[in-house]
Amino acid sequence: MLNYIIRRLVMLIPVLIGVSIIAFSLMHLIPGDPARSMLGEKATEDQLELLREELGLNDPLAVQYGRYVGKVIKGDLGESVKSGVPIAEELASRLPATFELSIFAMGVAIVIGVLAGVIAAVKQYSWFDNISMTGALFGVSMPIFWLGLMLIWVFAVILGWLPPSGRLSLDVELETITNMYLLDSLLTGNWEAFADAFKHLLMPGLALGTIPMAIIARMTRSSMLEVMRQDYIRTAKAKGLAKFLVIFQHALKNAFLPVLTVIGLQFGYLLGGAVLTETIFSWPGVGRYVYLSILGRDYPVVQSTILVVATIFVIVNLITDILYKYIDPRISYD
Amino acid sequence: MSAEVNTSGNPKVDTKKAKSSSLWLDSMSRLLKSKTSVIGLLIILTLIFTAIFAPYVATHDPTEQDIFNRYAAPSSDHWLGTDELGRDIYSRIVYGSRISIQIGVIAVGISMVIGVLLGIVAGYFGRWIDNIIMRFIDILMAFPSILLAIALVAVLGPSLTNAMIAVGIVGVPHFARIVRSTVLSIKETEYIEAARASGVRNGEILFRHILPNSMAPIIVQATLSIGTAILDAAGLSFLGLGAQPPKPEWGAMLSDGQAALQTAPWVIMFPGLAILIVVLGFNLFGDGLRDALDPRLKQ
Repeated sequence: MLNYIIRRLVMLIPVLIGVSIIAFSLMHLIPGDPARSMLGEKATEDQLELLREELGLNDPLAVQYGRYVGKVIKGDLGESVKSGVPIAEELASRLPATFELSIFAMGVAIVIGVLAGVIAAVKQYSWFDNISMTGALFGVSMPIFWLGLMLIWVFAVILGWLPPSGRLSLDVELETITNMYLLDSLLTGNWEAFADAFKHLLMPGLALGTIPMAIIARMTRSSMLEVMRQDYIRTAKAKGLAKFLVIFQHALKNAFLPVLTVIGLQFGYLLGGAVLTETIFSWPGVGRYVYLSILGRDYPVVQSTILVVATIFVIVNLITDILYKYIDPRISYD
Repeated sequence: MSAEVNTSGNPKVDTKKAKSSSLWLDSMSRLLKSKTSVIGLLIILTLIFTAIFAPYVATHDPTEQDIFNRYAAPSSDHWLGTDELGRDIYSRIVYGSRISIQIGVIAVGISMVIGVLLGIVAGYFGRWIDNIIMRFIDILMAFPSILLAIALVAVLGPSLTNAMIAVGIVGVPHFARIVRSTVLSIKETEYIEAARASGVRNGEILFRHILPNSMAPIIVQATLSIGTAILDAAGLSFLGLGAQPPKPEWGAMLSDGQAALQTAPWVIMFPGLAILIVVLGFNLFGDGLRDALDPRLKQ
């Protein structure tokens, strides 16, 4: 197992080099002069030259890439052209908000998606199967930015049940530890803040979790149907094991491997989809940061964020692969 | 099945034609038996019909402004209401169908051409060529697709063309992987070995023998990808990175209508529904097509 993890970590290196080359190349895809594009038409030649020097744009490409990688390895992602603040600092302060949203969305997607998929498979062709799978079909086709707006309209504008934006109400105080408000409120035992943070999370979490939920439900159903036809399930039923145990201890455990793959892949989708969701719900995470940077043509921020998010995605996929072993010990890594 | 009697008296059966036509006919018959696939097909046909006959289906000019009629509620004059400039939402959705088809065809066309070429070359030649191509595909897949598309359009500049290019590029890995795996199994078959042994050039083997036999998964992937491409491009337009005003693109219409969410929700309700229905149509049809072409996959 340890050998496998080390081998996978070594295999990550070329992928991460490739990711860094693509992220680095982004700045050079800008048509015309990147400095002019960032500072606008009114910038003077001196200002442009200063920015080119700051970003090292006058050096040969290989030198620029070498310097870029050297800085990234040391944790230096450069500075925002607009605010001058180090990008690593900005990302570190925003990542917990995005993680909180993504983990919540994924949690909702896994609980509802797996349950719906299991029940749909066990009660194949029943009304529940038909309704949940039709819902899943709508789910995978859903424009999440539209769903987000519709949720705001219904639950914030018409019913007034949930706040339309932000992470915490202005009149609620919370001592932050991890910057994940739900977790922080639990750690500090601040139940008022917990309820408020939960209310703020509900709509963006649901909007972001809809597509993964639908995909997980479809995959769970299909995987369960295949497993339920196996001989060992028939044996388990024949020896009088409780239906609940047959489904959850025997069938789901074996049907979960393809579902786990989907969950790992969908985590990447969540990090990407966060740009749309965070923009709609004014959620102060990495997605909204990227969006605002794009509007402000702050390209180093876009470049660094995409590098960080892709690295996180690659690591999540590695963790997913390693988790296979725990779910199915028959898998050999030799 | 076509058969003819040759001079020797033995029936000469055109087995190749008979087999291939029955494969596709069988698949089509299976496809049309599935209710959901037929619903998907009907949605796609309605979209195409609406796009072609937009001037006859629409009730107003999609760019015609009527500032005295801003945010008008749905009525007999404006079936789905009007937007912030008094433009008829129904007519804008009708004309927007042309843009959606354009996005679907061009973006998926880009993904398909590049992906198929990479996949077929990697699968057929193997060794270091396969290694290089597939590592490149792995690297592309390391990025969440919508985020890579957003970053690409951000640097290339916001426009519908750049959005289509970006969505096309992020779709390449799916085609490349599917085609590669199909080619890997086809290239080991006897008829390919026979073609190689009789001196047929690699190019001819690839494009006359292997590619036509890999078409089924490519068609399924293309159908499913059109829905995803429309969804991604609408997302980019929603962020202001895709179609620019006054183009009646559905994602851009949603973006424009955000400000009126409290007072005129119809401005965002109907363009979003249009995206949902069209994407659903392509997904239903794509799912049905996949099951019809490979019934073993059907659950």
